[in-house]
Amino acid sequence: MPATPSRINDFVLKIATVNGTGSASANGLLMKALFRMGIPVTGKNLFPSNIQGLPTWYEIRANHAGYMSASGRVDVMVAMNVQTYQKDLDEVSPGGFLVYDSTWPRESTLHRNDITVLGVPLSKMCNEAFKVARIRILMKNVAYVGVLAALMDIDLNVIKTLLEETFASKPKLVESNLLAIMLGYDYARENFTCPLPPRAEPMGDNSGNIMITGNEATGLGCLYAGATVGAWYPITPSTGVMDSFTKYCEKFRIDHETGEKLFCIIQAEDELAAAGMVVGANWVGARGFTPTSGPGISLMSEFIGFAYYAEIPSVFIDVQRVGPATGMPTRTQQCDVMLCAYASHGDTKHPLLFPSNPHECFQMAVTAFDLAERLQTPVFMLSDLDIGMNDWMIPELTWDDSYLPDRGKVLGSEELARMERFVRYLDVDGDGITYRTLPGEDPKGAYFVRGSGHNRYGGYTEDSDEYQDVVDRLLVKWETAKTLVPDALLNKADRPTKLGIVAFGSSDGAVTEARDRLSEKGIHADYLRIRAFPFTHEVVEFLRSHDTNFVVEQNRDAQMKSLLMLEANDIADRLVSILHYNGMPIPSECVVQGVTDHLKKEAAA
Amino acid sequence: MTYARPKIDLPGQQRNEHGLLLRDYEGALSTLCAGCGHDSITAALVQALWEMSIAPEQLIKMSGIGCSSKTPAYFVHGAHGFNSVHGRMPSVATGALAGNRGLIGIGVSGDGDSLSIGFGQFGHVIRRNVNMLYLIENNGVYGLTKGQFSASADAGSTAKKGEVNQMQNINAVATAISMGASFVGRSFSGDREQLVPLIKAGIAHPGCAVLDVISPCVTFNDHVGSTKSYSYVREHRHRATETDLIAPRAEIKASYYAGDTHPVRLHDGSTILLRKVDPDYDPTRRNNALGFLERHRARGEVVTGLLYIDQNVPDMHAQSRTVDTPLKNLEFDKLNPGNKALAALQKGMK
Repeated sequence: MPATPSRINDFVLKIATVNGTGSASANGLLMKALFRMGIPVTGKNLFPSNIQGLPTWYEIRANHAGYMSASGRVDVMVAMNVQTYQKDLDEVSPGGFLVYDSTWPRESTLHRNDITVLGVPLSKMCNEAFKVARIRILMKNVAYVGVLAALMDIDLNVIKTLLEETFASKPKLVESNLLAIMLGYDYARENFTCPLPPRAEPMGDNSGNIMITGNEATGLGCLYAGATVGAWYPITPSTGVMDSFTKYCEKFRIDHETGEKLFCIIQAEDELAAAGMVVGANWVGARGFTPTSGPGISLMSEFIGFAYYAEIPSVFIDVQRVGPATGMPTRTQQCDVMLCAYASHGDTKHPLLFPSNPHECFQMAVTAFDLAERLQTPVFMLSDLDIGMNDWMIPELTWDDSYLPDRGKVLGSEELARMERFVRYLDVDGDGITYRTLPGEDPKGAYFVRGSGHNRYGGYTEDSDEYQDVVDRLLVKWETAKTLVPDALLNKADRPTKLGIVAFGSSDGAVTEARDRLSEKGIHADYLRIRAFPFTHEVVEFLRSHDTNFVVEQNRDAQMKSLLMLEANDIADRLVSILHYNGMPIPSECVVQGVTDHLKKEAAA
Repeated sequence: MTYARPKIDLPGQQRNEHGLLLRDYEGALSTLCAGCGHDSITAALVQALWEMSIAPEQLIKMSGIGCSSKTPAYFVHGAHGFNSVHGRMPSVATGALAGNRGLIGIGVSGDGDSLSIGFGQFGHVIRRNVNMLYLIENNGVYGLTKGQFSASADAGSTAKKGEVNQMQNINAVATAISMGASFVGRSFSGDREQLVPLIKAGIAHPGCAVLDVISPCVTFNDHVGSTKSYSYVREHRHRATETDLIAPRAEIKASYYAGDTHPVRLHDGSTILLRKVDPDYDPTRRNNALGFLERHRARGEVVTGLLYIDQNVPDMHAQSRTVDTPLKNLEFDKLNPGNKALAALQKGMK
C-alpha cells in the first residue's frame, strides 16, 4: 500500500447513500462543520431523477487554497449504499479510505489493495440504540457523521452547536442526533487510528462568507430587484429559484396587519403560459420573471420572439441541465447558449448573462431586470445545475441601499402632456431604444402591441421599407446593449503570454485551479471570463491579442466558440475548444489536459 | 394599414360620466369583411363600455391571433391593446392583471384561438378565475386561412365547398361551465339587445366572465349546411335568460322586469337582473345548466343568455391574497428589504 501524503484541509469526501433516507441533512451537517472550522468548502449533489430509492451521492471538497471545482479525486468514501458499493470502491483514489456499514458481510470480491477499508457496524449500533424503524434509517446516516468526525478531526463541538441551532425548537432531536453521532465517533476512536491523513484542521476565518446555492441566491436577487410577479412551471433544476423567491417574499413582503401579499406568484399550466404571464406583467410595468430550464426555453420561444419584436422587457432564468430532449434532468451542462442567444423564429438575438457562482446569481438577477427594462427586450440569465443546486461558499452578499431600479424609457402623463403625439417605436435618442407608456395611465399614451409587422409609429404595416426601418433600428439597440451588459473579467498571467483561456459560468472554478497547476508546469495563460452576450469590446480584443485561445465550455458542440466566431470571424483559427459534456461538473484536470495535449500536438507538428 | 375613422360631430350626442361621446369609444376602421358578425360585436362593446363609463385608459384590450383577434384595434382607441400570440391571450392577460389589478381586462378570442391552439390557456384562465371579460367570437371556421373547420364546428355541418365535418364539436359554454367558470353566457352577434347587457354584466362580474358569441363568417360560413350562419342561428335560437345590468346609482324599474326575476348583486354594488325566459332554467346550478344545454343541443337549438353565474368564486388575487394596490404601483422600498435585512438573513447561512 502506498504511503498516504498528509492532506490537511485538502481532501474530497464522498458519501454514497440512497435517495430519501435523510442523508442530505447529515451531509449538510458535515459540510457546515468544515465551513465553521474556517476551511473553504463546496458540496456537490449527484442525485437521480427520482423521489425515493435510487442511489445518490454528495461530494464535499475542502481546499485551503479555495478551489471550488470538481477535482476528479476521492480521498474518503462513505459507501452506505450496497447497490453502488462496487462503483464507489473503484472510485476511491489510491491511498484513500473507504468507510462502509459492516453490519452485513461484504462480498469478498469487493476488495482493493491500494486503499484502506474501514468497517463500522452502523446499522447494528443504531438498531440497538433506537426503536422506531424510520428513525433507525435516519440515525444510521447521522452516525457516519460521528465516524468521520473522529477519522477526520472534525470538531465535535461545532457539530453539536450546529445541531442545537438546527433543532432549536426540538431539543429531543438534538439529543437523539448526538447519541447517534457519539455511537459512530466512539466506535471509530476505539477501533481505528485517528485521525487519518486526509483530515480537517481549524484554519482562517469564514465569518465573512456564507454557504448558499445559486438558486437560492437567484431567488433572493429577484426579490431585491423588486420583482413582483413570478410565473413558472416546475422543472428541475430551476425549481429552487421560485422556492427561494417564495420563501423570501413570505418573509419580507407580507403586510403584517392585513396579511396581504406584495407579490403574485403564479404556477402556470406550462412554460408557454409562464412566458406569456411574464410578458403581460412587464407590459403593465411590474417586474416579472420566470425560472426554467432548457426544455422550458424551447416552449417559451414563441413569446421570446414576440417580446423581442414588440420590445417588452422580460426576464428568463435558465438553470441549464443536460439536453437534448428530456436529457438528464439532474445533471449539468452549459448547453443552452445558442438556444437562448437566438431563441425564436426570424431574426432575433437576446442579451445573455453568465453568472459563475451564487454571488453573481444574486447580482446578475438584479442586472437582468435593469437591462430588460432599459433595453425593452427579453434578457436571459444562464445559470446551470452545478451553480444552482450545489452548495457554494461565497463572500457574504451585500446590498447598496442607494440602488434604484432602472425602469428605462417610460413616459408618464406629465411627459405625454408636453408632447403633441405619442408614437411607440420612434428612435428619438439615436440609441435604438424608443419610449414606451404603461396601460392604466393616460389615453394619450395608448398604443397597440402587436407581433405582426409594424412601423416606427406602432401601426400595422406590410410595407417593405417601414418593416425594415424597425428591424434595422433593433440592430442599433443591439449595439447599445454592448455598452450596458457586464464586461468580461481579465485575469492576466504573471508574465507576458500568447496563450489565452476563455470561459464562462460554472467553468470558472476549473479554469482558475487549472491555471495554477499549468503555471507549475511552466505554462502560463491569460484568462478572460465572459459574463455577457453580446460580447463587450474587450472580448474580441483579447482573442486577437493571443495566438491561441482555449475556449472552455460544458457542451458538445462548442456553442460559445461558435458565438465568438460569428462575432469576429477573423479569429476563428486562434480558437481551440476544450469541451466537457458528460453531465458532471467540469473538473480542473479536464482544462489542464486540454491545454497540455494541444501544446504537445503543436510542438510535434 | 390602419385606417383612422373620421370624427364627425353630430348635434345632440349624449355624453357619459367622463364627458365622453359614444364615438370616443370607437377605434380604427375595421378591415374585416363587410357584414362580418365580429363588427357587430365590436359595436356592442363600444356601446357597453360607453354606457358603463369605463375610463379608456383603465381598459386593456387583449387578443390572440385570427379575425376575432384583430378587433381590439376597432374599439376604444384610448385604451392600450395587445395583439399577442395565437391561443396565448389568456396568459398575457393573466400577467398584466397580476401586475396591475386596477385595469379592466377584455380579451377577445375566437373559436380557433380558444378551443384549439389555446384550449389549455382557456381552461386555466377560467380555473384561475382571472377578473376579466373573455369574449369568444365563434364562427366555427378558420377565416384567415380560407375556410377550414374549427373545433367548434358542429358534427354534420358543411364547409362552403360541401365537405361534411365528421368530428364532434367542442362546446365553449358547456366546457367553461364544467371547468368551474364563475360566469358563462352565450349570445349572437346579430342580437345587440341581448349582447350589450351581457357584456356589461361580464365586465362587472368579479371574476373570469366567459361570453361565447356566435358570430357568422359571411365569407366562409354563412351558407346552407352551416350551423353558424345568420339564418340558422336566428331560426334555432332559444333564450334561456334575459339580462340587464343596473349600475349602483340607477333606479330599478320594476315594471320592465316583471316576471321571474333574479337580482344578483355584485361586489362593486351593481346588480345583474336576470329574468328566466325558460321556466326550466336555473343559472345558479351547474348540473341543471349542463343538462339544459344538452337537451337543447339534441334538438339542434342554440341556447343563449346568461347560462351560469357564481360570483362567490374567489378570483386570482383573492386566491393569492394579493394587496389591493396594483403591484406595479408599490414603492421600491416596500419591495426591497435593504442591506440590514440581507445581513441578518445570512446569519443562517454561516
